[in-house]
Amino acid sequence: MADKQPGLRGTLQHFLRRRHRDVSAVRDVSFTIAAGEMVGFLGANGAGKTTTLKMLCGLIHPSAGQVLVAGHQPQRRHPDFLRRITLVMGQKQQLLWDLPPLDSLRVNAAVYGIPDGVARRRIHQLADLLELGEELTRPVRKLSLGQRMKAELLAALLHEPEVLFLDEPTLGLDVNAQARVRQFLADYNRRTGATVLLTSHYMADITALCPRVLLIHQGQLFHDGPLERLATRLAPERHVRLELEQPASADAFQGLGQLESLENREVHLRVPPEQLTTVVAQLLERFAVRDLEVNDPPIDQLMGDLFRQGSL
Amino acid sequence: MRLFGLNRRIVRALLGTEYAHMLEYRAEIALWALSGVLPFIMLSLWSGSGARADLGLDGVALDRYFLSAFLVRQFSVVWVVYAFEEDALLGRLSPYLLQPLHPLWRYVASHLGEQLTRLPFAAGIAAVFFLIQPQAFWVPSFSGFLLAWLATWMAFAIAFLLQSLIASLCFWSEKASALERLLFIPFLFLSGLLAPLTAFPPAVRAAVQWTPFPYLIDFPARVLAGDPVNLWTGFLAQVAWVAVLLPLVLLLWRAGVRRYSAMGA
Repeated sequence: MADKQPGLRGTLQHFLRRRHRDVSAVRDVSFTIAAGEMVGFLGANGAGKTTTLKMLCGLIHPSAGQVLVAGHQPQRRHPDFLRRITLVMGQKQQLLWDLPPLDSLRVNAAVYGIPDGVARRRIHQLADLLELGEELTRPVRKLSLGQRMKAELLAALLHEPEVLFLDEPTLGLDVNAQARVRQFLADYNRRTGATVLLTSHYMADITALCPRVLLIHQGQLFHDGPLERLATRLAPERHVRLELEQPASADAFQGLGQLESLENREVHLRVPPEQLTTVVAQLLERFAVRDLEVNDPPIDQLMGDLFRQGSL
Repeated sequence: MRLFGLNRRIVRALLGTEYAHMLEYRAEIALWALSGVLPFIMLSLWSGSGARADLGLDGVALDRYFLSAFLVRQFSVVWVVYAFEEDALLGRLSPYLLQPLHPLWRYVASHLGEQLTRLPFAAGIAAVFFLIQPQAFWVPSFSGFLLAWLATWMAFAIAFLLQSLIASLCFWSEKASALERLLFIPFLFLSGLLAPLTAFPPAVRAAVQWTPFPYLIDFPARVLAGDPVNLWTGFLAQVAWVAVLLPLVLLLWRAGVRRYSAMGA
């Protein structure tokens, strides 16, 4: 990667002696996904998600290690492999901008060797699921972002791939369009048994679709497992909210987890899960409690913090 | 069955779609066709010059040569390096690389679609030429027309492969089109666009025969104009250039795709 300092001096230095530095985009990432699974792939910007997805579909050659998808080494881009996968990138498009999606779909059907009748039936089915109608005969440039994304999905799935790599497929869509795309992906997975690896910054996509998530951070795999367990790993403590009958001082909560806030009679504590029962029992014993709540920190909030801060 | 990754259905779908695509740019293509009138400008310059006699083509033959050069140029214009450079830089190449079809076929189809869109404009300009120069009017024989058509397509193939070779360098240098500019000058002078090759001294002419340039304009234009020309030598040279350039393009492409991957695809 070229390294240039700002300003005239930096420009001259860069012109005379160009400096490069090696950056490992992804390191020691190892995981297996079973056929039919829907897996969420999370990480802050620049964490290595897209690089990994591109390695999995054969666009990037790994400098070390092994990648195997549907029994193929992706970087060889064997036609049989290409017929079994698809990559949808929310920020990139494959549809011809000035023509209606149907023209691009016709080319795709021919390229993937889908018989005309089958292609027509699939287009009809997918269009129904995606709620696309006359949009298919309108130039792509005239479509809204949501309509375009749905048409892109249709184009990417026309050959009924077994493995879907979806990179931010709901990027920039409004809430309704996001929900429709999510519903469509869930239906597609149920109907075809396709394997899905999905990256998204919208946690609603992940929570709705993916029982299992991978979290990549600074090019390394940080978590591989259920989403709930990720929440526990990111924030292992439970939140305890108390509403007291009488005001109490902060000192009174010493040894009862970590006091987050104390306002009037409302108290917020963070308590390690293994101490939770003891702490709650002691709280009930020491104070007159009007209300008590124990919560996991919301995953949206945790991931939002992670994406914002970029650090764990 | 697929031949070089293609079958009849793919060809039909690609050509139909790319023709429709190019029709969307018909006004721009009409302007491009109009901007290709350099051979007519050169004709008027040569016609008013005392050196005209040295060209070895009498009055009508020279008119026909430059009209043929215009038509050959219209149907062998190549811009793959610019389209490819934009696609590589904007990441539009990635979806094409993930389909079981070599991406270069899409660019070939775009060019053929563009040529078909150009056809009426080029024909219109030729008609205007004949109105101005009625004495130059001629109708080539059917076999002559077929040979000229084949020579023009071969010229297109050579030009396309030459530019694809440069386009493949986009994988290493983001602005490979700058290199294409370097080729433009020798193309302009040595292809026969500015003057028939007979205008050059014999030594230069002999040397130029070993480059691809005369087979891009001069040879097909002479075939179309009905000038005496050695068909065997011309076609053999065209086939030889395609045979040399094609494996080079494929090799460089393969190496380039690995490099593109390293760029982040």
